[in-house]
Amino acid sequence: MANKRVDDATGVETVGHEWDGIEELNNPLPRWWLWSFYACIAFAVGYCVVYPAIPGLHKASAGTFGWSSRGALAAEMTAADAGRAQVRAAIAATPVEALANDPKLLRAAIEGGRAAFKVNCVQCHGAGAAGAKGYPNLNDDDWLWGGDIATIHQTLQHGVRQPGDDATRMSQMPAFGRDGILTAAQVQDVVSHVRVISGQEKASGSSQRGAKIFAENCAVCHGANGEGSRAVGAPRLSDAIWLYGGDRQALTETVTNARYGVMPAWGTRLDPVTVKMLATYVHSLGGGEAAPAAAPAPAASAPAAAQ
Amino acid sequence: MNAQDPTLARADHSDEISFYEKRKGVFPRGSDGRFRRFKWAVMAFCLIVYWGTPWLRWNRGPYAPDQAVLVDLAHRRFYMFDIEIWPHEFYFVAGLLIMAGIGLFLVTSAVGRAWCGYACPQTVWTDLFQHVDRLVDGDRNAQIKLQNAPWTASKVVRRLFKWGIYLTISFLTGGAWIFYFADAPTLQHDFWTGTAAPVAYATTGVLTFTTFWLGGFMREQVCIYMCPWPRIQTAMLDERSLTVTYKHWRGEPRGSVKAAAKRVEQGLDPLGDCIDCKQCIAVCPTGIDIREGPQIGCITCALCIDACDKAMEDVGRPRGLIDYFTLEDAEKEQRGETATSLVRTIFRPRTLVYFGVWASIGVAMLFLLGQRTRLDLSVAKDRNPEYVMLSDGSVRNGFTVKLRNMEDRPRAVVVSIADLPGGTIYTDEMESQAASTALSVEVPADTTKRIRVYAVAPRGAKPTDFLFDLKASDKEGGHDVARTTFTTAEGNGQ
Repeated sequence: MANKRVDDATGVETVGHEWDGIEELNNPLPRWWLWSFYACIAFAVGYCVVYPAIPGLHKASAGTFGWSSRGALAAEMTAADAGRAQVRAAIAATPVEALANDPKLLRAAIEGGRAAFKVNCVQCHGAGAAGAKGYPNLNDDDWLWGGDIATIHQTLQHGVRQPGDDATRMSQMPAFGRDGILTAAQVQDVVSHVRVISGQEKASGSSQRGAKIFAENCAVCHGANGEGSRAVGAPRLSDAIWLYGGDRQALTETVTNARYGVMPAWGTRLDPVTVKMLATYVHSLGGGEAAPAAAPAPAASAPAAAQ
Repeated sequence: MNAQDPTLARADHSDEISFYEKRKGVFPRGSDGRFRRFKWAVMAFCLIVYWGTPWLRWNRGPYAPDQAVLVDLAHRRFYMFDIEIWPHEFYFVAGLLIMAGIGLFLVTSAVGRAWCGYACPQTVWTDLFQHVDRLVDGDRNAQIKLQNAPWTASKVVRRLFKWGIYLTISFLTGGAWIFYFADAPTLQHDFWTGTAAPVAYATTGVLTFTTFWLGGFMREQVCIYMCPWPRIQTAMLDERSLTVTYKHWRGEPRGSVKAAAKRVEQGLDPLGDCIDCKQCIAVCPTGIDIREGPQIGCITCALCIDACDKAMEDVGRPRGLIDYFTLEDAEKEQRGETATSLVRTIFRPRTLVYFGVWASIGVAMLFLLGQRTRLDLSVAKDRNPEYVMLSDGSVRNGFTVKLRNMEDRPRAVVVSIADLPGGTIYTDEMESQAASTALSVEVPADTTKRIRVYAVAPRGAKPTDFLFDLKASDKEGGHDVARTTFTTAEGNGQ
């Protein structure tokens, strides 16, 4: 280190190295800085021992803490489940009609239903539960089987046309055209009548003929004025909502071949708490009806067109 | 590091070379003087503000906390006397932080590193701890002697006693911080009964440790090696910034009074004013020699000015051999010109520009603060489904309406709609039959109330823009409007 000297411009000592006239000033670090560097190394060594760190052929070393990201996720999921356990137990213990009495429980049930809906129901009913052709819109005030929470729960529990479920929702409209009960012309007359009572057409000769056919063949389920019947799941035909479409072509198809929508019985697929939460959620979408007592007044009918 | 005279350089010429520097002890001598007294006053002010603020009460009525300054993280509210900040108004806090930043620029531009020298917490607590050193161990010489003494029982006891005092101060410092984040009297009670939140104990623990470590032991090392601010300030200083300056043209060559007298006897050139008493070094809290020129270790606390003034007084020479001075003035004085007046040094264009920016932000924020509404309405339309056809052919749209009452009292409001022909509204807690064009809602104090509102328009309704209107029913009034859209099948390709 013979070249060590004090630099004139800065008054700082050089370290004594020199490369083609370039020298290095010696501005020494404080000693404690070095110790903090050693402390970091010691920490890193300890970290590599307790956490997975050292790569192997197939996987890294396990670390003495046994930590893994999958394990951390599992622990968080378990903690979340444990956190929800109390609410789920309360929902399990409460009849579905009584959930509304406890605003906090109702809120939890609706949010739980919202989550379960996105997994199990959106495939047919859509993300916003607005339905599609053949799949009812759950936001509206029109229900095939009834819109109070107990009825919705019943429908969810047993499904629609679920084979092997005695309590499943089952309506059986004949295929009037296909089975030869009505001729093609008579089908057109019935369609005319239905379009008149739903306010889509003006009365005509065809619709007057159709009214007679309707009274003989259809009124037993759909009612004399097409008001429908929730008892048998016959949709109301005098309203603005059509499950399969209210135009002539769609109605012709419906009367000719009938429609047989299906929904799984969720009672055998999901746990009882989730089914309750789904019922609560569907009821909260804006079309939910108050209580069975209120149900008889406005007849329900639904989109499900003919069955 | 700058040395105007290479002979002042610190480096020695031994052949031993080390890339690491052993910590030199700093044992500042107790001093007195105008800057020391000013520093005491600033320290007292800062500590009183820090410890006292959380205990100030401020009456906000029964629905809001009565603590004057409170950062209520749990409820997302920021209270500062008469101002209450909600999360969506956080730009006020951001504005304050920007003002604090520009304020530092302003101060640096006007009076140099005054923040470092007087108001920085590191400076305040280091000063406090150094005073503890002097009380317990005695002044500079006694401290050095004890430092070099072997570890006898009495030294151990004295050290433990001193560190106990450090720890007490540190605990009070760390413990006071948490009172800014919760009701102070309640939290103090909870703290001692062990029922406070774990984060309160953790925060106290961490801050106690950092105060103990940084204030008690690291001290000037923080300023010299850890803190970025000295670097930034160094970059911001210019030739007209006030720095603590040793007037070497007046002081050099230095020498004792005796030596000076001898030189005069010998008929040689007289010595400078510096009598080399090293008092400026003895009182320096960062242990530097200001006579080496401006340097990063100088926090401009001016204690050396006090010490030098006293020495000059003792030998009957004019004060100000070390003084707050600008580089420009130093050059002027060396050329024999008069220095710029302090007023012109401080009120120069650069300072005024900083002040202008700083003040504009402040004025703009005050204006916004006066303008802000305390009752707001926001409406979010359901996107899925956009509309729902009902069995009678009418169309329903769903909306999430948020009513924000920022007053510390419940308020009755009326939400109504306009410009929706034949339209009515109802909430999900009402029967649809009870729909009308206006809803009465009670919004709790200091709360955003969220309601689900359904708007229904009769059969044949057309898509249209319409208004939600919010009016306070109480006498103070308040009004807000939100424009939104009503969607129907028409225009949706159906």
